[in-house]
Amino acid sequence: MDFDPLLLARIQFAFTVTFHIIFPSFTIGLSAYIATLGVLWLRTGQDRFRHVMQFWTKIFAVSFAMGVVSGIVLSYQFGTNWSRFSAATGNIIGPLLGYEVLTAFFLEATFLGVLLFGIKRVPPWLYVMSAGVVAVGTAISAFWILAANSWMHTPAGHEMRDGIAYPLDWFRIVFNPSFPYRFAHMLNAAYLTTGFVVLAVGARYILGGKFVEEGRTMLRMAIGMTAILAPLQLVIGDMHGLNTLKHQPIKVAAMEAHWDGSKPADFHIFAWPDEVEGRNRYALSIPKAASLILTHRMNGLIQGLDSVPASERPPVKMVFFAFRIMLAIGFFMIASALFGAFLWWRGTLFQNTWYMRVMAQTWWIGFVAVIAGWVVTESGRQPWIVYNVMRTADATSPVLGTTIAGTLALFVIAYGIVFSFGIYYINRLIAAGPGATRHEEDTPTPGRPIAAAHPAGKEAVQKG
Amino acid sequence: MDMEWYLPLIWAGVIGTAVAMYVVMDGFDLGIGILFPTSQSEAERDQMMRSIAPFWDGNETWLVLGGAGLFVAFPLAYAIIMPAFYLPVIVMLLALVFRGVAFEFRIVSDNKPRWNVAFTGGSVVATLCQGLILGGMIQGINVRDGAYAGGTFDWATPFAILCALSLVAGYALLGATWLTMKTEGPVAARSRAQAKVLLLVVLGFMAAVSLYTPLSQDRIFERWFTLPNFYYLWPIPLITALLAFGCWRWLAQGRDAPPFLAAIGLFMLGFAGLVISNFPYLVPPSLTVWDTAAAPSSQIFMLVGTLVMLPIILAYVVFIYWIFRGKVREGESYH
Repeated sequence: MDFDPLLLARIQFAFTVTFHIIFPSFTIGLSAYIATLGVLWLRTGQDRFRHVMQFWTKIFAVSFAMGVVSGIVLSYQFGTNWSRFSAATGNIIGPLLGYEVLTAFFLEATFLGVLLFGIKRVPPWLYVMSAGVVAVGTAISAFWILAANSWMHTPAGHEMRDGIAYPLDWFRIVFNPSFPYRFAHMLNAAYLTTGFVVLAVGARYILGGKFVEEGRTMLRMAIGMTAILAPLQLVIGDMHGLNTLKHQPIKVAAMEAHWDGSKPADFHIFAWPDEVEGRNRYALSIPKAASLILTHRMNGLIQGLDSVPASERPPVKMVFFAFRIMLAIGFFMIASALFGAFLWWRGTLFQNTWYMRVMAQTWWIGFVAVIAGWVVTESGRQPWIVYNVMRTADATSPVLGTTIAGTLALFVIAYGIVFSFGIYYINRLIAAGPGATRHEEDTPTPGRPIAAAHPAGKEAVQKG
Repeated sequence: MDMEWYLPLIWAGVIGTAVAMYVVMDGFDLGIGILFPTSQSEAERDQMMRSIAPFWDGNETWLVLGGAGLFVAFPLAYAIIMPAFYLPVIVMLLALVFRGVAFEFRIVSDNKPRWNVAFTGGSVVATLCQGLILGGMIQGINVRDGAYAGGTFDWATPFAILCALSLVAGYALLGATWLTMKTEGPVAARSRAQAKVLLLVVLGFMAAVSLYTPLSQDRIFERWFTLPNFYYLWPIPLITALLAFGCWRWLAQGRDAPPFLAAIGLFMLGFAGLVISNFPYLVPPSLTVWDTAAAPSSQIFMLVGTLVMLPIILAYVVFIYWIFRGKVREGESYH
């Protein structure tokens, strides 16, 4: 059997990068939340902040480990699976990734060690500062990786000679046209993702009648934050979309499944894009709404998919549906965060059990939105790996399809195992709750960490 | 002097430093994974793991710096070496996945043996893969028109397997001497005994590799045994022998830190030997550091950052090792 190395390399990278992004989207936000709790603890001296902080630090440790190990894989896959891309763009992408390692990875790794293991060795201010430094480190990491990714969408500040990219202006390379929007959009997405996890866990504790005090702290902080950031994400997303329209109009046409550029674009609430016939089936649309959003005029025109041959188009269905998933979750986030804020203002937040029952189930929505958003932007760039510079088909390594298929299978198995256990352990830590930490204080049994966490955990599981 | 001449040299130095830092620092982490099955109880294994828990993430980051540095400074070499060692690289990364998550998962799991297996298996497999890559590099990579032109299993040779086993023994020695320094009680006593045996094994492997490479590769033979090189190079084996003797003596005398430092010294000498054998080839036997260098502008852009950040990074390293200095204490965990 003959395997297509290009397709397999793409599937493998899509799989490993999708797996990886789950963890940074969580840990970027969670480290900031942990640091915030630490500062509140230092300033107020209230123990509930420390309990919540130490509780989330455990979950952070498990998530961060999975993020680190899956991230290292990616940095080597550029070479193993995309060697021609590496050779052609190494002058540009290499230094951006290099700066990520130099400015972020060592910083994170060092202060993570202090945060996880140093509480008995360092003063409280240094312990809390370490949490802050980890949070800053994760954001710096996002800065560089999004600079590299954005350059692949809107390359700038370079020149091509003999198929190799040479840098001309590093400021323009780093701050390329789509970078500020993409960075803001992703960072905010990470904070929102974490916000909804914290919100869900807080709601779960209040409903279950256990760890109620900690649950209320979580709920208030999460609603306060998401009520500001969720609407903000709509504004950032809109700006990002307009930026994409300017630089990658065909991606936007695919997002809206807009074929005929001579007419104003409708917004399709649902449609089944038929890529062979070049039209939509079963469309349920708001006339001219996409034109209004994108050009701010009812009859504004945007480029249609028809304007380029089919070989130059991204996979329309994938981009179109992923975009709708992201939008739907975004609007749900705005509605639920604002409604939560309204209940808080009315003073009935903790009495409203149906609101909390819904929110307790929403811990996963941020992750799905992040992955959907990345599918939109990365699939929407196809058939280019570096937009208008290098095609994905020209970027692969001289490696046999069977070899890639074999390692893909290994990745699926290994990540499947690691992910299942990781999620299982995180769930168990959540079930055990912040009470486990408090229990440990009453009867200090250091060195037998699980011994302290277990009884409370089992009890919570049995009752839940 | 010409920028295009010395920039690749500086970068070779930076990457060499990163690789050396990785080999030593993750070397003792991996070594502890290799020695894990020889421990007698979960309490002992807790002690062994706690001795490296605050450090391993930072230690492993040197591997990322080495990989990223190669990508930055020598993109062509990166684009050849990675496909050439496709399977060992990917299997090593997967092994490091299991090794890495084992640290956290083992603490929160109620089935510790499962993650003991992952920790040991990950450590052993990652080390074997690194040794295979090393052996394959020494033997040379088949390159045509600036791209890898060999097959999937070109690296699978008896010599590469010899290198892989050598590295397992070497990392185990680093791990054993680290435990001698950082732990107390039965773990420390056993590590001390293991370190002595491992020292002899490592010396045997070093001798085998050091004899086999010049005899099988003419270019390496010429490097070492032609005049005047021979005059400058003969102290290297001598210093190696003296350091090995010192390591043995310090272990026998019950000293804590000196055996570990001596083991690091042995690794550095072995590393120096490899550099001497292969320099200036980055992709032996055809491409040098100059052939594969990135654009000078990219090398300078990154070098500025490296020169600023490397001292700061070394300060982090000193900071974290200072915070967690001394013997492992009971109950140092966030759990």
